[in-house]
Amino acid sequence: METNIFIQLLGNNWIAYTAIAVLPLGFLLLYALVAILAELKVSAWMQDRLGPMRTGPWGILQPLAEVVKLLQKEDITPDLANKVLYNLAPYMMFTGAYAAVAVIPFSQQFVPSNINLGLFYIFAVSAIATIGVVMGGWASNNKYSLLGAMRSVAQIISYEIPAAMAILATAVLASSLNLNEINTVQDGGIFNWFIFGGPGPWFKVFVLPFTFGLCLIYMIASLAETNRTPFDIPEGESELVAGYHTEYGGMKFAMFFLGEYVNMFIVSAIMATIFFGGWQSPFGSSIMSGPVWGLFWFLAKVGTVVFFQIWLRWTLPRLRVDQLMDLGWKYLLPMSFICFFAIALWKMLI
Amino acid sequence: MAEKKTFEMEYSKVDTERMRLNVGPQHPSTHGVLRLEVELDGEIVTEVVPHMGYLHRCFEKHCEAMTYPQCIPYIDRLDYISSMNNEWPYVMGVEKLMGIEVPERVEYIRVIMAELNRIANHQIAVATFGLDAGAFTPFLYYFRDREEILAILEKASGGRLLYNYFWVGGLAADVHPTFKQECLDVIKHIRATNAEVTNLLIYNKIFIDRTANVGILPADVAINFGCSGPVLRGSGFPLDLRRAEPYSIYDRFDFNVVVGKGEVGTLGDCWDRNIVRMGEMEESCKIIEQAIAQMPDTGDVQEKLPKKIRIPKSEILSRAESPKGDLGFYIVGNGTDKPERLRCRATSFINLSVLPEISKGYMIADLILILGSIDIVLGEVDR
Amino acid sequence: MANYIKNMWDGVYTVLVGMKITWKHMFMKKVTVQYPDEMYPIPKNARNRLQLYADQCNGCNSCARICPVNCISIETLRVTPNDPENPKVLEDPENDHWLPRKLWVTKYDIDMAKCCYCSLCTTVCPSAAIQHTTDFEYSSYFKEDLLYHFTAMTPETVVSKKQMLEEHQAKEKAAKAAAAAKAAEEQAKAAATASAN
Repeated sequence: METNIFIQLLGNNWIAYTAIAVLPLGFLLLYALVAILAELKVSAWMQDRLGPMRTGPWGILQPLAEVVKLLQKEDITPDLANKVLYNLAPYMMFTGAYAAVAVIPFSQQFVPSNINLGLFYIFAVSAIATIGVVMGGWASNNKYSLLGAMRSVAQIISYEIPAAMAILATAVLASSLNLNEINTVQDGGIFNWFIFGGPGPWFKVFVLPFTFGLCLIYMIASLAETNRTPFDIPEGESELVAGYHTEYGGMKFAMFFLGEYVNMFIVSAIMATIFFGGWQSPFGSSIMSGPVWGLFWFLAKVGTVVFFQIWLRWTLPRLRVDQLMDLGWKYLLPMSFICFFAIALWKMLI
Repeated sequence: MAEKKTFEMEYSKVDTERMRLNVGPQHPSTHGVLRLEVELDGEIVTEVVPHMGYLHRCFEKHCEAMTYPQCIPYIDRLDYISSMNNEWPYVMGVEKLMGIEVPERVEYIRVIMAELNRIANHQIAVATFGLDAGAFTPFLYYFRDREEILAILEKASGGRLLYNYFWVGGLAADVHPTFKQECLDVIKHIRATNAEVTNLLIYNKIFIDRTANVGILPADVAINFGCSGPVLRGSGFPLDLRRAEPYSIYDRFDFNVVVGKGEVGTLGDCWDRNIVRMGEMEESCKIIEQAIAQMPDTGDVQEKLPKKIRIPKSEILSRAESPKGDLGFYIVGNGTDKPERLRCRATSFINLSVLPEISKGYMIADLILILGSIDIVLGEVDR
Repeated sequence: MANYIKNMWDGVYTVLVGMKITWKHMFMKKVTVQYPDEMYPIPKNARNRLQLYADQCNGCNSCARICPVNCISIETLRVTPNDPENPKVLEDPENDHWLPRKLWVTKYDIDMAKCCYCSLCTTVCPSAAIQHTTDFEYSSYFKEDLLYHFTAMTPETVVSKKQMLEEHQAKEKAAKAAAAAKAAEEQAKAAATASAN
């Protein structure tokens, strides 16, 4: 706890702990608003449109307006739904996404919970989101929702394993599961990030394609994890209406939505932390680094990855559920094994 | 041996249930108010029963109470995506029964208008097909270009979607002076967007995976079901009424009949039907260019007609190649100014009938794509 | 194996091609027309709300007859000859040429909720009295608001005109009857003289 900046600033009292607890929540809500706006605007620009322009200057209040709209809506629970599960599911999904924030190193000095099993923890809690999806889909008592939930379950294994392989390979490189530790290892400029093979002598170029490939594999798997195009199969709006959240409206739908965007943030943060050096400055530890700069670099990297996700979403069509499994098992998994093997070998040699 | 038998018996005890799912009428991808009653085994479609009639407007019976010019606004509303092409076979049939020859300039304007509308229709077809596959961006690129086409059609006719432009014996109004130049401009944009969408969507690996080898319609099945248009040509059968029995002045133009070749999958799959539409847009551009070069600059656009259009006791089946396929009107006159019978051979309706045949055994996501590749308009299916 | 690698390469390459196109479009000129602030240019001949120029309408009823959806309803009343108002019809608006009116248009209603914007009525109108305008922003919360009454005649004037016509007709009838009686009388007289002869 001594590394935590709030305890250093405010002293070891309840204000500091409240700040530590509340700040990520407030930050995530703000982030969700910004991400929704980014989604609206980027999609509009890619499609030669202007996007929302009438809510506030340049349309920046649009996400807020949407939240207000969702808040005003009647809170409906279908008669034949399983009421408890139905009402619990959105919170389950959000909880799973939010719990993962606990170990994300926002900056060298600000890690909400600096535990040694950070990576493992993230993998454990991010699967909770799928439970939320299944609960919502099953409890809605709607055939479309059920199909969406079943698809979600079917796809989780096929993307979780390549994603885990990709992340474990970097854990091997960093010799740690602590996210802050993994970041610290990538010190010393852009070429010491794990996407470029991590710190090492010049002949690390041999391992570079493998780390790059792992980054790509994780990127693809993370798209599947956040249910975004081309893998938005559980939602599949053109065939399953809205998939698992067909029956949800108002604030519960907003929770699903928020959960999805927070999930986007989490996978982007993991990518930024593991492959792009997290809070490390791209110019080495002497230029533009420090607690505030660290936060800036971290958010910039996360933002870039989120932008990539949005970009891909508005470019690609959707895969079919069996094709996603095909991709996961036949392409991503063997490739991640090859990369993992190469990296492990490299780590042994070095 | 005995053990294996027990296993089989155990397996047979596993209870599976098929699920009946109503896709539509309120569903984002049924392209209107179509209801598909689908029987699912897991996600595999085992049976499809299309239920239609939600948009039934009694068109054929209604027209028996209408005079011949009054029918045209109703014919517009059959296939509301390509109204110009709908009006054409009807006015052609009435003109033939009355024995009128329309001026040459009218024929050229009709060809240009119909081909522009064919492009607009195919743009929607390809765009919504991409949307069914989950690609949203090409959809809006096409709608951006379609807006330009509609602007030309609006300037000429006054309507954006329902034109009432082809009248018996001519046209409702002459085209505006800048018409030719605007057409040439819009063709440039259409070609640019087509090239872009070809790269962005058509040859995208994911899109090919989704559409190739899905919904295979062999040519003999297509002929047995009476399919026409891109659905038939996608199966490799080159039947195009513009070429097979050239009506109007289509024998003066040089164009190819685009057929599916099974380029990335099997012949007659969804991808082939889609690429036929892409190809036909290019062919339509060619026809428009030739028509603009040949079109006389001045001339009458309305033949002199009697005050009341009367058709003697006679009948005709007038056909034309609409973007959806072979559209026909069977007109029976009885000597008065109202038709005795007006029967529409609705292309979408007949093309839709093939859906249950070709969608069995595919997944529900494919069913939506197959439906999208048939390109139906419910206004025409239900009439 | 070659197929496997080709699939993988195609997957990555075509996605990159698509991403390049969408990236280019991010910086292209946008086509959105910000509707209430900017307007899409509407051509002059666009078919939107119908407008009746009551001065020009001679009440011939051809628009109501041609309308496929029967959205126009017209009632007319014969103009009494030697009407003190001496009503006229604007026959040629450009040259301000007026002709004597033969029919009062006592009711001219267009139900725009029914209108199918086919422009058949504007074509059959002999005096270009009914025309499509370019105004399309007239949506309403109530269907009744879309029923447009175009005639400027108040119910009182209609009643008075009707009365005037009736009086005139009665007078005419009386005159006719008188004439007929006279003729009959004359005829009878003639017959009487003829028979006398």
